[in-house]
Amino acid sequence: MTAPFDLKNDGVVVIIGSGAGGGTLGNELAQKGIDVVILEAGARHEYQDFINDEWDSFAQLAWTDKRTTSGDWRVAKDFPNLPAWIVKAVGGSTAHWAGASLRFQEHEFKTLSTYGKLEGANLLDWPITLAELEPYYAKAEDRLGVTLTNNIPGLPGNNNFKVMKAGADKLGYKECHTGRMAINSEPRDDRNACQQTGFCFQGCKWGAKWSTLYSEIPKGEATGHLEVRPNAMAININHDASGKVTGVVYADKDGRLREQKARIVAVAGNSIESPRLLLNSASSQFPDGLANSSGQVGKNYMRHTTGSVYGIFDKPVHMYRGTTMAGIIRDEARNDPSRGFVGGYELETLSLGLPFMAAFLNPGGWGRSFTTALDHYDHMAGMWIVGEDMPREENRITLHADMKDEHGMPVADVHFDDHSNDTAMRNHAYKQGSALYEAVGATRTLPTPPYPSTHNLGTNRMSEKAADGVVNKHGQAHDIKNLFVSDGSQFTTGGAENPTLTIVSLAIRQAEYIAGQMSAKSI
Amino acid sequence: MVTIYESKPVHEKKPGLSRRELLKRGGVGALLVISGSAVISPEHAWGLETSALKPETMATLIQMARDIYPHDQVPDKYYAIAVKAHDEQAGKDLAHKDLIEKGVADLDLKSGKDGYTGLGWEEQRVAVLRDIQDTPFFQAVRGGLVVGLYNQKQVWPIFGYEGESYSKGGYMARGFDDIEWL
Repeated sequence: MTAPFDLKNDGVVVIIGSGAGGGTLGNELAQKGIDVVILEAGARHEYQDFINDEWDSFAQLAWTDKRTTSGDWRVAKDFPNLPAWIVKAVGGSTAHWAGASLRFQEHEFKTLSTYGKLEGANLLDWPITLAELEPYYAKAEDRLGVTLTNNIPGLPGNNNFKVMKAGADKLGYKECHTGRMAINSEPRDDRNACQQTGFCFQGCKWGAKWSTLYSEIPKGEATGHLEVRPNAMAININHDASGKVTGVVYADKDGRLREQKARIVAVAGNSIESPRLLLNSASSQFPDGLANSSGQVGKNYMRHTTGSVYGIFDKPVHMYRGTTMAGIIRDEARNDPSRGFVGGYELETLSLGLPFMAAFLNPGGWGRSFTTALDHYDHMAGMWIVGEDMPREENRITLHADMKDEHGMPVADVHFDDHSNDTAMRNHAYKQGSALYEAVGATRTLPTPPYPSTHNLGTNRMSEKAADGVVNKHGQAHDIKNLFVSDGSQFTTGGAENPTLTIVSLAIRQAEYIAGQMSAKSI
Repeated sequence: MVTIYESKPVHEKKPGLSRRELLKRGGVGALLVISGSAVISPEHAWGLETSALKPETMATLIQMARDIYPHDQVPDKYYAIAVKAHDEQAGKDLAHKDLIEKGVADLDLKSGKDGYTGLGWEEQRVAVLRDIQDTPFFQAVRGGLVVGLYNQKQVWPIFGYEGESYSKGGYMARGFDDIEWL
């Protein structure tokens, strides 16, 4: 049962984006009887419609609206108009994500205190602690059905994991397992069990992997309090003279501009679109954009220190068979500056199909060095590095000076330079990954550059003080009390862990806060 | 309109491609033949008809494609399919036609009197390609190959990639954990 709300209904909460943050928040509020309209820029594809084909799926799901890039990161050279590999569809990037669901470590909420001031890094402690978030992590793990929590068995290890595990044992790593995955190892919550199909990045056709598309959103819709409006691209957030936001202007499927009135607006469009929208909503009262008195909107863009290592063996692996990312080594996630960098990183199994391997193994590369690697595609094992990167003010989302999209909205430019800490961490991880595969007999290892960003974080960060960030510890704008940020852009720092579980936990927590504030008539 | 078609081996068809119609490839690989507006592989029974680009240009592009992404186990036919989009685009876009024809002419010029395909060894041809690798022509050809070559479902089995698996029930009962050598 879908509840269509009138454009003039100014009692609704309008959420922009239907992914991990927006989709979860929408359902949470709807369950509490609060009316919600989610504006989703993309179309609605149910999970049966997902495609087991990398390029066709990319065309179906990826956010390919024009963006520009700058900075010294290699993505700017290789994929100048594709800084991020995220989704434009109902469910957002929960269609694409791999499912890894890890809690942040305690020190990762206190990076400035733990790491100290680092030249060129804009570190800050989160205004919340692990202890404060733990109850919400527990709720989120139950909601997502994370394996190895709530008595849910782990997934079975596929070939790619078995190679990783054998290498991890040889290197003496202690914490290597099939992960904490939001992928059903047995049927749960009306979702199938994983059938080891692969193509996790292309949307799970079994619905075994948690996604707001077929978990949170239908539950919210069933209450009659949630309407998801697809093909609705938010352009501008309006406010009144008192400085409260009053509605969201969006382009509908035919490109017509509409305004949905709102009591509260929550922005959850991922860390490129969310600051783009706030910056584009500048007015005479807020000339630098909404919620931007600190000047931090769009800054501190983080993407995790990433990279991949592929190993080639003299015998077959078939890494693409089965769960894409169901193998993890956590030993390097600790903070141990003796390694030459602060923070830590996770190593997680990863595979790409042949078409994407050709596109991403060494973009721009050609000749036999490149092709002899692909020749052994079925003898490859692969892992992904995901580590904490340093927030930098210079790494930021800005509105392009003259390039505009089809709706006349300036496109986003994404600027990123690696911090020396990021580079040191990546190089350490390349060495460890290569050593791991060599320990099990790899004849060749391939340190593979970062893909377009999947973990986009930090561009509307949380802070204790209004001068240091955009939102408070509930994701509420310091400047505008009925404006919230509900996605990974509110992360103060990025941690070493895949961000989705933390985004969901924050959204559950934020929903409680919003409901409380609404009952108290504070907003 | 460009078509790749399966043809009967040449010896089964009308005899006699004239000498003028023959275009020798370099010292490696099978012989590609230019006949009218087509590039034909008599050995492997396929042909590629061109409409906008010269067939000699297509033959050079096919060799160039193999030199950029050399996979000795992948037959020419798939390289031909991978570059045929340039003929289609050249038919719609004069600037693209110009880019490709001039690019190939320049490649031949840099390769000496017998042109690019007259260079017998891959490393000789690659040396010429290194010289032009930053040109828009080279980047257009290389860039097009990334999808044009590797996204052909017919080449996937050659690399041991099995593609779509949902309709077969995934790999749960088909070897997701069948590794035995560890």
